[in-house]
Amino acid sequence: MEKQGKPSLFRESAKTVEARIEKLGEVQAFVDKLLECAACPIKTQMQIDLAIEEIFVNIAQYAYAPETGEAEIAASVRPGEVTLRFTDGGVPYDPLARLDPDVTLPADEREIGGLGIYMTKKVMDELHYERRDGKNILTMKKKL
Amino acid sequence: MLNIAKSIDGGAAAFALEGRLDTVTAPELEKELRDSLEGVSALTLDFEKLDYISSAGLRVLLSAQKTMSRQGGMKLVHVSGTIMEILEVTGFSEILTIE
Repeated sequence: MEKQGKPSLFRESAKTVEARIEKLGEVQAFVDKLLECAACPIKTQMQIDLAIEEIFVNIAQYAYAPETGEAEIAASVRPGEVTLRFTDGGVPYDPLARLDPDVTLPADEREIGGLGIYMTKKVMDELHYERRDGKNILTMKKKL
Repeated sequence: MLNIAKSIDGGAAAFALEGRLDTVTAPELEKELRDSLEGVSALTLDFEKLDYISSAGLRVLLSAQKTMSRQGGMKLVHVSGTIMEILEVTGFSEILTIE
C-alpha cells in the first residue's frame, strides 16, 4: 500500500453536485477519500456509504421532482467522529419524521418504504434535520 | 458496479454477485431475476464477493423471496459479517434463508 504522511487531525471538505442518482458513486467516493485519511475501518466506511446513499437518493428522487437541482455534501472528520451534512433547496421534507417500518413482519406483509431511513438511523449515531433559509439541512454523525 | 454470474441447471438457479448492490445497480439484478426465474424452484444467491447492500438491494431480495416462496425456495450463501449486520437490523435475517 502507498505510504501516506501522518493524517492531519481535522479534515473537512464540501462538494456540490446535481442531485441525480447517477451521481451517487461520486458523492460516496468524495466522502470515502476523506475517511481513508482517518484510517477508517472498511465496515464503518460501508455503513457511512449506506447512510450517504439513503439520504442522497432521497434528495435525488424527491427534492426537486420532476425537475432537478443541486445538493451539497459537506464532510468533516476529526479524531473519533465524522460529520456529514446534506443541503438541498427542494421541497421541505424531514426524512426523520417518518415512522419506522415494522421489521418483524413476515415477507408477504413487508413494505419496503422507510427502510432506507431506518437503516440510516441504525448505522449512524446522531441525525438532525432542520429547514433553514428555504433549504433542507440534514446533519449526521458517526463515531469512529 | 455489480457483476452477476448466473448459472441455471434445470430448476436450480444460482446467481453469484460481485461488487455493490445499490440504487444504481439493483435494477440490473431485478431484471436478471425477472428474466430467469420462470420454472426455477431453487434459487441460490451467492454473496461471497458482495461488498455492499443498501435498501434498494433489500427491495430486490424481498421481491425475489416473495416470488420464490410461491414456486420453491431461495437461499443466500457466503454472507459476510458486515452485510449480515445489515440483514439483522432490518429484520431480513428473519425472513430470508441464510446458510
